[in-house]
Amino acid sequence: MKPLAVTDHTLASALGVGRAATLAALRDGRSGLARKTFETAALDTWIGEVEGVDAQALPPALADFDCRNNRLAWLGLQADGFAASVARARARFGPRRIGVFLGTSTSGILQTELAYRRRDPATGALPADFRYAQTHNTYSVVDFTRRVLDLEGPSCAVSTACSSSAKVFGHAARLIELGVIDAAVVGGVDSLCLTTLYGFNSLELLSDDICRPWDAQRHGLSLGEAAAFALLERDADTPQAWLRGVGESSDGFHMSSPHPQGAGAAEAMQAALAQAGVAPGEIDYLNLHGTATPNNDSAEDLAVCTVFGDRLPCSSTKGATGHTLGAAGGVEAAIAMLALQHGLMPGGLNRRTPDAALRSRYLDANVEARLRLVASNSFGFGGSNACLVFGAAA
Amino acid sequence: MSVALSVSVRGIGLLGPGLADWSGGQPLLREPSSWVFRPTVLTAPARLPPAERRRAGDVVKLSIAVADQACTEAGADTQHLATVFTASSGDAANCNALCEALATPQRAISPTRFTNSVHNAVAGYWHIATTSRAPSTSLCAHDGSFGAGLLEAMAQCVSARRPVLLVAADAPYPEPLHSVRPLSAAFGVALLLDVGPDDAPMLTLRSDETEAPASDCGDAALDALRLGVPAARSLPLLRALAGRAPASLRIEGLKGFTVEVRHHA
Repeated sequence: MKPLAVTDHTLASALGVGRAATLAALRDGRSGLARKTFETAALDTWIGEVEGVDAQALPPALADFDCRNNRLAWLGLQADGFAASVARARARFGPRRIGVFLGTSTSGILQTELAYRRRDPATGALPADFRYAQTHNTYSVVDFTRRVLDLEGPSCAVSTACSSSAKVFGHAARLIELGVIDAAVVGGVDSLCLTTLYGFNSLELLSDDICRPWDAQRHGLSLGEAAAFALLERDADTPQAWLRGVGESSDGFHMSSPHPQGAGAAEAMQAALAQAGVAPGEIDYLNLHGTATPNNDSAEDLAVCTVFGDRLPCSSTKGATGHTLGAAGGVEAAIAMLALQHGLMPGGLNRRTPDAALRSRYLDANVEARLRLVASNSFGFGGSNACLVFGAAA
Repeated sequence: MSVALSVSVRGIGLLGPGLADWSGGQPLLREPSSWVFRPTVLTAPARLPPAERRRAGDVVKLSIAVADQACTEAGADTQHLATVFTASSGDAANCNALCEALATPQRAISPTRFTNSVHNAVAGYWHIATTSRAPSTSLCAHDGSFGAGLLEAMAQCVSARRPVLLVAADAPYPEPLHSVRPLSAAFGVALLLDVGPDDAPMLTLRSDETEAPASDCGDAALDALRLGVPAARSLPLLRALAGRAPASLRIEGLKGFTVEVRHHA
């Protein structure tokens, strides 16, 4: 593909709000995870909660969209002047020529969970203040974002579980390359809810310890939440980074377990490299999906070694942010771009004992180096795989 | 700037109220006065392995039924077929069961229910059944989900120059969600899109600047179905494909675009 300009990007996660806060936390090797509860969840676990979400007040005209997920989206859109960058693009291209493609897995389902506790005792009806389209529906965060940014181009939510907000880069790139649109807002927003906390717990994938990607004793993930946004434009003189390739594949194997040899994951990485037109040896750093579940990390390790061999520096940043599910691809795209911009390969956190069975070159500490090309993996339930390749701006 | 994407339609699948499949549905779509609303008949998908078949909810059953019709008509190689699944909601009954369980003090969640709650569960089941590692995406755009899926499937087909299977399906929620999101029926449609000139009908998506509303079905009862289920927003397009005359349509979720249908002589 023709390299596509990423003219702005931002994120809000447990590491903080905005690029500077995120970079500072990565440089300090600080995790945003804490042993805490969320809402009324009675689970002993570590959580990557974004500070200040509850305090966000949506514009009065968008009051019907009020829910944790859209408050988190609102927080992210205001960070780093992202909304102002979109306004500039809007003036350049017009609102119809800018698409909005966001990944989310659970959207505003928390609002529905809360509403189910307030059903009418006689009729079972949901409370009158419940807004399905604006909070529950998977598209609600896209609808909200379009209204905040006043955009009218093609839009959809991509909901392929934990690969969602990596795949949106592909949606945008295709439509820009075909001339259907000139620019796109992409990213992902997923917020904490009981469905995912209790759901991953039921699958015994939620760790009671802090998540430890690539550790010999890893036994599950820590959940987080995040909003991440990027602005892609047809061309730009001074982009923040270039999107070079998007690789997508399916496992076709199992609904909630990865292919044991990571066959589908390897195909996604190979497809991303092919689209970027680069050899595996040209990638300087890989941000792993690295959830810290036993199966994910071992399958991903095999896939990485199949494609890149065992010399590519790589790490998972989920020990810092937690697994932000549908927002993870967007968060890690942002971290990949920060790595390029600041020459920082972030070391993975929380690893105590390296797993001898994993052969890839996992970084436990930050490494500073000039980076030209970085890749980011995102894999999801249903066997959905995506890999992004970004190139340095200069 | 105007842009046009063109693809051919090599296979079609349809399942809805009073619409058992595409071959039986075509005459009814051409003459809607002969169509009668009868509840959609869903069957367990034979394509799925027994364990997955037991777990399949309505949207999975709908989606696989229409996908199979379209792939059979096209003689498609399902093992290497890219897919785009689009739905306004996931497995509706499953969602209700999870929310009900989370509202109880025990919060006992079934792991299978949680796994089935992802919006891309249908895609997962299809790719497991076809042992396909081809790319797949799963979309939602509320009432515009079919239109958003059509755009994405056409874009993938044109940019990768490979066939793409589009599947749109929606089934009603049980109460209490049904009252806040009433869908009138279970409805699914699949289009097997491909590039290259052949004798199949052609779709062209063209951008324009007009504000025309979405096209209707030209029949009150069928149009009620169109407005009653997001996936049935495809009905004007299906009517044009079932007919033999060229058509120019506006589809919900594709604001700023016209979809043109051309048939070969």
